Amino acid sequence: MTPTPPPEILRAPLVVEFPFTRSLGPVQSAFLTGLRERTVLGVRTEGGRVLVPPVEYDPETAAELRELVEVAATGTVTTWAWNPEPRSGQPLDTPFAWALVRLDGADTALLHALDAPGPDAVRTGMRVRVRWAAERAGAITDIACFEPYGGDAEGGEPAPHSGEFDDPVTGIVAPARLDYTYSPGRAQTRYLQALSERRTVGERCPSCAKVYVPPRGACPTCGIATTDRVEVGPRGTVTTFCIVNIKAKNLDIEVPYVYAHIALDGAGLALHGRIGGIPYDQVRMGLRVEPVWSGDGRYPDHYRPTGEPDADYDTYKELL
Amino acid sequence: MSKEPVAIVGVGQTKHVAARRDVSLAGLVREAAARALADAELTWADVDAVVIGKAPDFFEGVMMPELYLADALGAVGKPMLRVHTAGSVGGSTALVAANLVAARVHRTVLTLAFEKQSESNAMWGLSLPVPFQQPLLAGAGGFFAPHVRAYMRRTGAPDTIGSLVAYKDRRNALKNPWAHLHEHDITLEKVQASPMLWDPIRYSETCPSSDGACAMVLTDRAGADRAPRPAAWVHGGAMRSEPTLFAGKDFVSPRAGRDCAADVYRQAGITDPRRQIDAVEMYVPFSWYEPMWLENLGFAAEGEGWKLTEAGVTELDGDLPVNPSGGVLSTNPIGASGMIRFAEAALQVRGEAGAHQVDGARRALGHAYGGGAQFFSMWLVGAEPPAG
Repeated sequence: MTPTPPPEILRAPLVVEFPFTRSLGPVQSAFLTGLRERTVLGVRTEGGRVLVPPVEYDPETAAELRELVEVAATGTVTTWAWNPEPRSGQPLDTPFAWALVRLDGADTALLHALDAPGPDAVRTGMRVRVRWAAERAGAITDIACFEPYGGDAEGGEPAPHSGEFDDPVTGIVAPARLDYTYSPGRAQTRYLQALSERRTVGERCPSCAKVYVPPRGACPTCGIATTDRVEVGPRGTVTTFCIVNIKAKNLDIEVPYVYAHIALDGAGLALHGRIGGIPYDQVRMGLRVEPVWSGDGRYPDHYRPTGEPDADYDTYKELL
Repeated sequence: MSKEPVAIVGVGQTKHVAARRDVSLAGLVREAAARALADAELTWADVDAVVIGKAPDFFEGVMMPELYLADALGAVGKPMLRVHTAGSVGGSTALVAANLVAARVHRTVLTLAFEKQSESNAMWGLSLPVPFQQPLLAGAGGFFAPHVRAYMRRTGAPDTIGSLVAYKDRRNALKNPWAHLHEHDITLEKVQASPMLWDPIRYSETCPSSDGACAMVLTDRAGADRAPRPAAWVHGGAMRSEPTLFAGKDFVSPRAGRDCAADVYRQAGITDPRRQIDAVEMYVPFSWYEPMWLENLGFAAEGEGWKLTEAGVTELDGDLPVNPSGGVLSTNPIGASGMIRFAEAALQVRGEAGAHQVDGARRALGHAYGGGAQFFSMWLVGAEPPAG
C-alpha cells in the first residue's frame, strides 16, 4: 500500500461515573446517624484515646472497638490549607480552607471545610464549631462545614453513648466520577479512519507476520512495533459464536441473536460481531460472512452470509 | 541456600452470601482473618506481615482499600502488600505470601482476599464505554460461551457435560457450610431445564455473585511445629501470564495455564497428576471449564477431559474429585474465589474439610485464573512437609 500521511490522533472525553453503595457496619452507622441528630460520636481505643471520626478496629492493637462516646461540636484547627478554587461536589462553592479539626473531647482530628473570608482569617489553633446542614440524612455532609467560633474549649470527659438511634442509617450511596480525555492512539486512529471508508486495515508484525485487526501498534507476542498496513476482508469466516438469549443492559438488540467471532480473510485473529440475515439457529462455525453497514455507523452493523460454501474446519481452527 | 518449607496452619472464610449488608468491608475481611487466626490459635501480634488481594478497585469503588483495611487486619506497624491479578488474584496473593515465608523474609504471614459484589457492579467495572471502541455485544457470559462452543467442536463432547458439572458442584456445596448456593432441591433435570442464556451456557451453569472473604495463616517449619492442628505444606507454586488477545491464542487451553501447571508439577515431583493428586479445587466460573481445565492442567489428554466428567471421576466419591467445596459455581466473591480454591485444597490435605472431605487426601491442587484467561496461579499442597 502507498504510505498515507498520519491522520490527526483521535481524542474524546471519557466520563466514568457510578453510584457505589456502602454498608456501614455498626460504628460508621452510629457515627453517621449521630450526625443526622446533631450528635458527634467518637470511639474509645483500648489505650483510652478518643478517635473522631470513629473506626471499627484499634489502629494500635487491632482490637475490635465498640465503646462510643459523644464529643463536642466545637474544636480547634490543628492544620489547614486554603482552597482558592472549589470544585464541583466540594462542601462549599466559595473559597474555603480544608482544615483538620480536633473536636473538644477527641484526641484525633476530622477533615472538613472551614468557611472563612480568606487565608488571613485562618490559623492553626483557632477555635471553630460545626455548622449543621439544614437538611440532614445521615452522611458526612450533615456537617455543612466548620465556622469560626469565639468560645473556649469545653472541659470534661466525653460522655458515653450507646450509639443507638431510631431509624439508623445502615448504608450510604457514594457517587464516584472520573473525567478523562481518551485517545485511542496512532494505530487505532488509522484503523478507524479506514473503517470510515468501509475498509478494514490491520497491521502486520514484521517478525511473526501475523496481521492484527484491530491493530494496537505493536505485536503482543513479539513486542515490536507493527507498521506494515494490510487490508483484510471484507469477507470472513465465523470461527465460533454464542446465541444470546438475554438482553444486555445498554444494548438495543432484539434477542435471540448471534454474537460471533469472525476471522476476516487475511487477519491473524478473530474480531467480534453480530450475525444477521440468517435465522439465529442456522448459524454455524465455518459460515462465510460479509459486513453490512448502516447509516454512519463507525463499525459494521452486523455480518451476513455470503452464500459461499462453509469454510473447512482446518482452515480456521488455528484462529479459534 | 534451600527455601524454607511453607505451612498453612490457619484457614478462615466468611459464610458467603449474595449481600452482607450488616458489615463494612473492614468487618467482612475481619471475620475471615479472625477465623484463620483462631484456627491457628494465634493472635494479631503473632503475624509479621499481611498480603491482601482483591479484584479491580472499580468493583466496589474504594480506591486502594488496603489502606483503610490495615486496622482491621492488624497490619499497623507491619509490612502490608496488595496484589492484583484479576480473577486469579486470590491465588497469586497466597503465592506472594508463601514466597515471603519461603524466602525467610517473614516467619508468619496473614494472607487474605475478598470481594463485596453486592456493593459493586462487576459487569459495569469491566465494560466501561471506551470511546471509538465497539461495545461487547454479549454481556457477562457472552465472553465465555464461544470458547465453550470451540471446546465442544474440538473434542466432540456431548452437550450434556456442562450440566453434569453444575449438578455435581451444587450438590457438593450442600456439604460445605460456607458455600453461597445451597440448592437443596437441585436435580439434574432442573439444571438441564434452566434457561439457555448464552447458548451453549445455561443459567444453572453460571456462577453466582457473592460477598465474601477468605484468609490463611502461612508460617515456617517452627511455626508449623507449634500449630495445634495438622498443617498443609506447599510443594509447588507458580504464576504465568499471557496477553488477553494475540494471534495464536488458544482460549480453550491457554499456554500460560499449561506452563504454570507444568512448573508446579516439576517443583512438587508430580509426573502423573491424574494418579498422584487426590483432590482438585479449580476455578470453574462456567461449568464447561471443568473439562477444559482438566485437559489444560494435564489430568486428561487433549480432547479427553469431558470423559472424566461423564464417567463420574470428578465426583466427590470419584478417584479425582474436582471442587469438593462446590467451587466457583456455588460461591463467587471474585477477588476471594482464587484464594478459596487454594484454601480448600489446604483443608483437604489437613483433613479439615468436614462433610466435603475427600477420604485420605494427601496431595491437592488449588488453581485460579482470570483476566480473560490471561493470568494463572496454582499451588500444590501436601499433608507431609516437602522432601529435602
